[in-house]
Amino acid sequence: MDKVLEVNNLSKVYGQGCAACFELTGPEHDTNICPKCGSVVAAHNVSFDLYKGEILGIMGESGSGKSTAVKCLYFDQKPTSGRASFFNDEKQYDLFNMNAAHQRHLMNHKFGMVYQNPHLGLNFDISAGGNIAERLLMSEVDHYGEIRKRATDLLKRTEVLAERMDELPKNFSGGMQQRVQIAKALAINPPLLFLDEVTTGLDLSVQAAILDLILEIQQENQTAMIVVTHDLGVIRLLAGRTLVMKYGRIIENGLTDQILEDPQHAYTQRLVASAL
Amino acid sequence: MNNTEQPILRVENYGKYFQLHEQGKIIPSSHDVNLDVYPGQLTALIGPTGAGKSTVLKGIYRSYLPTSGRLLFRTKDNVEIDLAQADEHLILELRRTEIAFVTQFLHALPRQATQDIVAQPLIRRGMDYSQALNIVHETLSAMNLPKALWSISPATFSGGEKQRVNLARGLVSRPRLLLLDEPTASLDPVTTEKVIGLIENLKNEGVAMLAIFHQPELVERLADSVVKLNPPIVAEQILKEIA
Ligand SMILES: Nc1ncnc2c1ncn2[C@@H]1O[C@H](COP(=O)(O)OP(=O)(O)O)[C@@H](O)[C@H]1O
Ligand SMILES: Nc1ncnc2c1ncn2[C@@H]1O[C@H](COP(=O)(O)OP(=O)(O)O)[C@@H](O)[C@H]1O
Ligand SMILES: [Mg+2]
Ligand SMILES: [Mg+2]
Ligand SMILES: [Zn+2]
Repeated sequence: MDKVLEVNNLSKVYGQGCAACFELTGPEHDTNICPKCGSVVAAHNVSFDLYKGEILGIMGESGSGKSTAVKCLYFDQKPTSGRASFFNDEKQYDLFNMNAAHQRHLMNHKFGMVYQNPHLGLNFDISAGGNIAERLLMSEVDHYGEIRKRATDLLKRTEVLAERMDELPKNFSGGMQQRVQIAKALAINPPLLFLDEVTTGLDLSVQAAILDLILEIQQENQTAMIVVTHDLGVIRLLAGRTLVMKYGRIIENGLTDQILEDPQHAYTQRLVASAL
Repeated sequence: MNNTEQPILRVENYGKYFQLHEQGKIIPSSHDVNLDVYPGQLTALIGPTGAGKSTVLKGIYRSYLPTSGRLLFRTKDNVEIDLAQADEHLILELRRTEIAFVTQFLHALPRQATQDIVAQPLIRRGMDYSQALNIVHETLSAMNLPKALWSISPATFSGGEKQRVNLARGLVSRPRLLLLDEPTASLDPVTTEKVIGLIENLKNEGVAMLAIFHQPELVERLADSVVKLNPPIVAEQILKEIA
C-alpha cells in the first residue's frame, strides 16, 4: 500500500504564544486558550498517516481544531511546529520546509481543497467553467479547446449541467456551488483531496448526492482524502478511519465503525450518544 | 469430523467489557471465549440473549476493541495475524479481501440502488461494474429478491428484504471467513431454505463461517461445531481484575 501523507506532531498556535501554552491547554484543562498569554492552541501534536485511496475522517465539536489541521497541510495557515511529508511518484515532499513557490506548485498540481463556504474555493467573479479553466491554467494546461473539453467533462461528472458552465456561481444553489467547487478541485486529478465540512448546511437529499459523488471519485481515482466534519453520519458513510479532536488534540483514533460503536474516550462516547 | 487442516481463525480467551465513563458503569459482555473456525466448516455460537455472541463477531471484525484474548487469523498467504492487535490499515485490507460480516442491520448510503450496495465489495476489489452486476443478479435471484427491487434503494424495504440485501453483499465477495449474525431472523420459511442452500454451497467452496442463528434447527442443520457462551461475569469481578 502506498503512503500519501505522514503528519508528525503538527501544532498551531494563534497568537504570540509562550512557554506554557501547551502545558496549560487541552482536554484536561477544558480549554484551548492559554491562561498565561491568551493565545489559542488550535492544534497540538497532531499525528497521523494516510494511504492511497483512503478516506480519513476528522471529527470533533466546533473549535476543536479540525479546520486548522487541514489548513496547515493545504498551506492556508503556517504551522507553529511539526512535520508533514507528502509522497508522490517516488518523491517525498517536506511540506513545512519548502519555499512558497514549491508550496504553490503542490497546491496547483497535487492537492485539492473543498471548503464549506464556496466563496473560499470559487472565484465568484468568473463563470463556473472559468473557475475550472483557471485551475487548469495554473497546472499548465493551456490549450483552449482542451480546457473547454475538460471543464465540460468535469461539470458533467459532478452533475452540473454543461449548458450552465458559462454562468456565474452566484446563480447556482448551494448544492450546485459545492459541485462546481468539487469539479474545480478535481480538475487536476489530485492524489490528495481535503474536504472541510462540504455538506454542512445543505439539504439532506443534496448532502446524500454529494457524498455519493465523493465515494465515486474515491473509487474511480483512488484519491486519498481527508474529510473534516462534525457530522457523524458523514463520517460513518465516508471514512474508513477516524480521528477525534478536542481542544486541538487527537484524543482518540481508530476504525470508523469502532469509534462510533465502541468509543473509548468519555468525550467521544458523549458525542456519539448525542448524535443518536 | 476431520480437522487435520489448520483453523483459519482461532479465538483464545477473548473477553470484552464496555466502560461507560459518563455513567460510571462497566458493562460486561463476552467472557473467556475459545473457539476454532475451519475452512469449509461452520462454527455456531449459541447462548442466551446478552451472552455476548454478537460481541464476539464484532471483536473479530474489530468494530469493537477486544479487552483481552487473542484472535488469530490465518491469511491466504498463511500468515498468522492477531486481529485484536493488528494495524488498522491491515484490518481494512482484510475486510476488503478476506473477511466479510453480515450484520443484523443494513447500513448503506441513502440513495444507493440495491444492486450497487451488493456489488460494492466486488467493485472495491477492482472488478469491473458489469461483471460485478452479473454476479450480483445471480445472487439476488437465488435469494428470491424480486427483480423489480434491484435498481431501487432498500431504504423502504421490509425487514426480510433488507436482510437478504445484507446477506447477498456478504456472500458475493466469497470471503475466506464469513461472520453471520442472525442472517435469517426475519425470513419466511421458503427464503430461509434458499439461504440454507447458499450457505451449504459456500461450505462446499471452502468458506469458513462463524455464525449466530436465531433458530436452533439451523444450528443443527448447518453447524459442524457449536460453541456455547455463558452469560457474562458480573461487573464487580471485572472491577477487581482491573483494579
Ligand atoms: N485565524 C485565526 N485566528 C485566531 N484564532 C483562530 C483562527 N482560526 C481558528 N482559530 C481558533 O482556533 C480554534 C480551532 O479552530 P478551527 O480549526 O476552525 O476548529 P474547527 O474546524 O474544529 O471548528 C478555535 O478556538 C478558533 O476560534
Ligand atoms: N456497543 C455496546 N456498548 C455497550 N454495551 C454493549 C455494546 N454492545 C453490546 N453491549 C452489551 O454487551 C452484552 C452482550 O451483548 P451482545 O453481544 O449483543 O449479546 P448477544 O448477541 O449474545 O445477545 C449486553 O449486555 C449488551 O448490552
Ligand atoms: Mg472547521
Ligand atoms: Mg446478538
Ligand atoms: Zn501561552
